[in-house]
Amino acid sequence: MALPDTTRRVRYLFVAVMVGHILLISTQVSPRPGVTLLQASLVTAMAEIHRLASVAWGSVWNVWDGYVALRGVRADNQRLVQEMAALRVQVQQERAAFQTTEQLRALLGLRANVPWKMGGADVIGGGASPEFRSAVINRGTDAGFNRDMPVITATGLVGRIVVASAHAATLQLIVDRSAAAAAIVERSRVQGVIMGNGDGTLRLDYLSATADVQRGDRISTSGVDGIYPKGIVVGVVERVEKSGRVVTVVPVVDFSSLETVLVIVDASMPPEAGGPAAGQAAPGGPVKQ
Amino acid sequence: MSVIRSIVAIVVALILQSLLAKAVGVARLPVDLVLVTVVSIALLYGRVAGLLGGSLAGLAQDAMSGGVMGIGGLSASLSGFLAGFAGTQFIVTQSGPRFMLFLGASALRSAIFMGLYSLLGLRRFDQPFFDLALLALGNACVGVVLFWAIERRPGVSARWRTRGERRRKGRYR
Repeated sequence: MALPDTTRRVRYLFVAVMVGHILLISTQVSPRPGVTLLQASLVTAMAEIHRLASVAWGSVWNVWDGYVALRGVRADNQRLVQEMAALRVQVQQERAAFQTTEQLRALLGLRANVPWKMGGADVIGGGASPEFRSAVINRGTDAGFNRDMPVITATGLVGRIVVASAHAATLQLIVDRSAAAAAIVERSRVQGVIMGNGDGTLRLDYLSATADVQRGDRISTSGVDGIYPKGIVVGVVERVEKSGRVVTVVPVVDFSSLETVLVIVDASMPPEAGGPAAGQAAPGGPVKQ
Repeated sequence: MSVIRSIVAIVVALILQSLLAKAVGVARLPVDLVLVTVVSIALLYGRVAGLLGGSLAGLAQDAMSGGVMGIGGLSASLSGFLAGFAGTQFIVTQSGPRFMLFLGASALRSAIFMGLYSLLGLRRFDQPFFDLALLALGNACVGVVLFWAIERRPGVSARWRTRGERRRKGRYR
């Protein structure tokens, strides 16, 4: 008995949509650098809507915060926060440079880490799916930002860019389930891989059986993964379960108040190249968190 | 007109989800407004609308989150389609059945999403059941409230009655 025409069409449509999605997935499963055109187009389109929504929302709050509730106080506070954040970045960079100088150049004769070229951007949105820990920033390839560029704040590591369009970029936060970075325990110099748990915490994995890790140890990037430069603070060890060598780390960055981030455009720029020195953001956004 | 309404609803849900996620920061938001919208579209306009709306919404979520394009689309479209199909096969005019429908659609979506990512070895889900259950409950609660609000709009009740008559006559898709 023949199916009604409508039912048949619905079945064809269902099969077409399912097959289309499977084909789309299969084109991306093989490792291939770059971003698909569809992905970039959708991010660009949504970023513009985000920007408008963010501007509208921000305008309403600016009127309230800047003029009604905290007239005058907010400006002072912003200036102080910016100054403090800039100083924090500077301290972080200097600490990284100090470690390199003391432990690599002095002992092994290697060159010191050179300053990073960075650009600032504002966070205009969060993840569109609850399964991902991601954020959207308001600058993209127009500011020289590209895929896999590390993103930091004054306090530490935020994550990396996973999709960059012309005027916006999507960040994968380091706390996302699929995020990972090569890391080092600053006190004992033990190396491992820091990975997101998806619940706001991190875990330090791939440690040797005799690794010396204690509660309170500070974890920073080791620079061996080729994405994150050495010396960026990631978090502090909260718990060490000796049975399974499970090391839980709390990130130093407060992701709930993430407003402005710094994207490391060039982690190996020599000082004589004339770019912004370490701890100084390129034009495009204030340094605050 | 229903196409434009559906697209606008999905875009608004994407923006709201993103703004909410930014507001709560790193904490897991126990609701997926985009999926709630897709299931609502499926209930209002049928399984084809659920299929296409889910596809569009899922792809947009994939693109905006930096995930593998298609996994979210596949899971959301399948959930939308089945929600629309269930809406034509069962009486879902009461809050209880609707709650179960949103719960089931959300659980199905999460299961497909996690299953595909695990199958491809792209993400690790350690003990995902609590998160899955929390998200499904959140979606079900928001979905029931949203539908209650939709039904307060004039003309919606009449559409439901028409749809019921069509179903009885066996002409509804």
